Amino acid sequence: MAQNGTSVSIQDLSLNFGAVSVLKTLNLDVAEGEFVVLLGPSGCGKSTLLNCVAGLLDISEGRIFIKGKNVTWEEPKDRGIGMVFQSYALYPQMTVEKNLSFGLRVAGLPKEEIAKRIARAAEILQIEPLLQRKPSALSGGQRQRVAIGRALVRDVDVFLFDEPLSNLDAKLRSELRVEIKLLHRKLQNTMIYVTHDQIEAMTLADRIAVMKGGVIQQLDAPQTIYNRPVNRFVAGFLGSPAMNFIDGRLEKDKGDWYFIVEDVRIPLATYAFEKEPVPGPAVFGMRPEHVAFNSGTGWPFTADANVEVVEPMGSDTLVWLKLGKQNFTVRVTSERTPRNADAVSIGFDPMRASLFDAETGNRL
Amino acid sequence: MTAGQITAIQPVQDAPDQAGVAPFGPKPRHVSPGRIGIYVFLVVAALFFLIPVYIMIVTSLKGMPEIRLGHLFSLPAEPTFQPWADAWLHACTGRDCNGLSPGFYNSLKITVPSVIISIICASINGYALTFWPYKGANLLFGLLVFGAFVPYQVVIYPLIIGLSSVGLFATLPGIIIVHTIFGMPILTLLFRNFYAALPVELFKAARVDGAGFWRIFFSIMLPMSVPITVVAVILQVTGIWNDFLFGIVFAGRSNWPMTVQLNNIVNTTTGVREYNVNMAATILTAAVPLIIYFVSGRWFVRGIAAGAVKG
Repeated sequence: MAQNGTSVSIQDLSLNFGAVSVLKTLNLDVAEGEFVVLLGPSGCGKSTLLNCVAGLLDISEGRIFIKGKNVTWEEPKDRGIGMVFQSYALYPQMTVEKNLSFGLRVAGLPKEEIAKRIARAAEILQIEPLLQRKPSALSGGQRQRVAIGRALVRDVDVFLFDEPLSNLDAKLRSELRVEIKLLHRKLQNTMIYVTHDQIEAMTLADRIAVMKGGVIQQLDAPQTIYNRPVNRFVAGFLGSPAMNFIDGRLEKDKGDWYFIVEDVRIPLATYAFEKEPVPGPAVFGMRPEHVAFNSGTGWPFTADANVEVVEPMGSDTLVWLKLGKQNFTVRVTSERTPRNADAVSIGFDPMRASLFDAETGNRL
Repeated sequence: MTAGQITAIQPVQDAPDQAGVAPFGPKPRHVSPGRIGIYVFLVVAALFFLIPVYIMIVTSLKGMPEIRLGHLFSLPAEPTFQPWADAWLHACTGRDCNGLSPGFYNSLKITVPSVIISIICASINGYALTFWPYKGANLLFGLLVFGAFVPYQVVIYPLIIGLSSVGLFATLPGIIIVHTIFGMPILTLLFRNFYAALPVELFKAARVDGAGFWRIFFSIMLPMSVPITVVAVILQVTGIWNDFLFGIVFAGRSNWPMTVQLNNIVNTTTGVREYNVNMAATILTAAVPLIIYFVSGRWFVRGIAAGAVKG
């Protein structure tokens, strides 16, 4: 990945709708050729942020640079961006070809240049046979391809995707996801991609920005966000099935730290604390796939439990147990699926756990 | 439950109903007496409301001697189109005996520009209010909609003063302006609601593509506005064609629309009252809105079907 210089730089960006503050002094730098995904629940401001970058919303404070140029007051067309929308937003009365060429015709490009660019985009996206059709005669996947093509022909520096796959069915979604990834590899453009789907975020992103309440919670590579979430919100938002959270407290015993919940003691010798902890209430987080199931006693922590519910999902099985009095889920391969009420043993290494402050939710 | 506990599943047994037929395939349709009653009632009601139309048509095809016999419902013994020709060309309004035709052309001259201008203004209004919200846009829209509820009589006198002070009272442009103004609230409401229902992404995409206010309007929005424009045309044509009040007040004697002329023909008191000519004149005047309904009704439905913009 050619990461030379900053492509999009958002500095101290704020946006208020009346008294409601949607984005709060937000900073984000996107490197040249980078694929950044803005991930968050609905209403977190991720689409709003994208609209601000596109110039479709007037911001309240701050500034935006694209390719080193201050575009804060620029019209969308002068920002060097192309945008793909969730609802495709194809012009219904125009053929695919006219849809693709509309921006170029507005810009007054010569005919040969327009034809050349459309041919290139149509080839990349494999929509050549569709060029003379109206959008209403296309399937959802084809429409979204045309919408991507409309951004492609404009030869822009930055692609903005606003939940482009959310209107598609699951199968098409995974197909187009791969296509977008291939497209990014081929074009090497900067891409900013908004989604609420964590799979899309994990698979596509160079870096993910997890947002909540108009604030970026964590901006990091997907693996880092997954394995070392900075707070309880990020930990809970990513991962399906969700991370196990156990409310308990931290205690120090003979120089070693323990996480105590009822009569369960989890030794934390292998856990890497962010800073020197203090005894008190805390939340222990453990992903279901990081728990070993019926595999001996060679783990720093082991416990016995009874199976409550079994959820087979085909590729693997989710097992619900009780650890002490707390619900706890474990992911096991489908060959080892236990039966209800079986007595089983689990084990894990607290190295893979995440500990959070009970009050602030921040990682400890 | 484990798989071992499930024994063979019993096939469902179907008991025949009273008629001895087990339900299978499409449900049979029955014609019930109640349904027949409803249709009979509807047909009778429709015929009843068509009686005036029938009387108008047969009377307009009779000669005066036959009408004097007083058989209102009888078909014309010697059908003649002379009353129609008279109504169109020779019927008298006061001292002028030119028939309805000048009124028809006046109505055309009033209706066509008024419809076109009011629809153009209203579509731009609706588009701007929806996609280019400016400070006070909502207030303006509220005032505009409120305008739809102002009784015409209240504003006639101020309008007369206003128009005559700029020299447009009792002129063709004057009456066109009046119709345009009074069409604005309801038409703007119509267009605004239509545009508000379009996906806003369409507008955003066009802006990213670099199109400005007019380009988006003419290239994107207007081509999609066919269904709502058809509705607006129906509303305006029938409304303006049928208008009597504004026509008689604002058009001026030489521009009186067909409705005013019709009134004058029917109410001319000198000589014999020519019922057949009156009937023919009335049908002629009503013909235009009727034709609009019949012709555009189809377009209306087609337009709505074609307006499935989503996606």
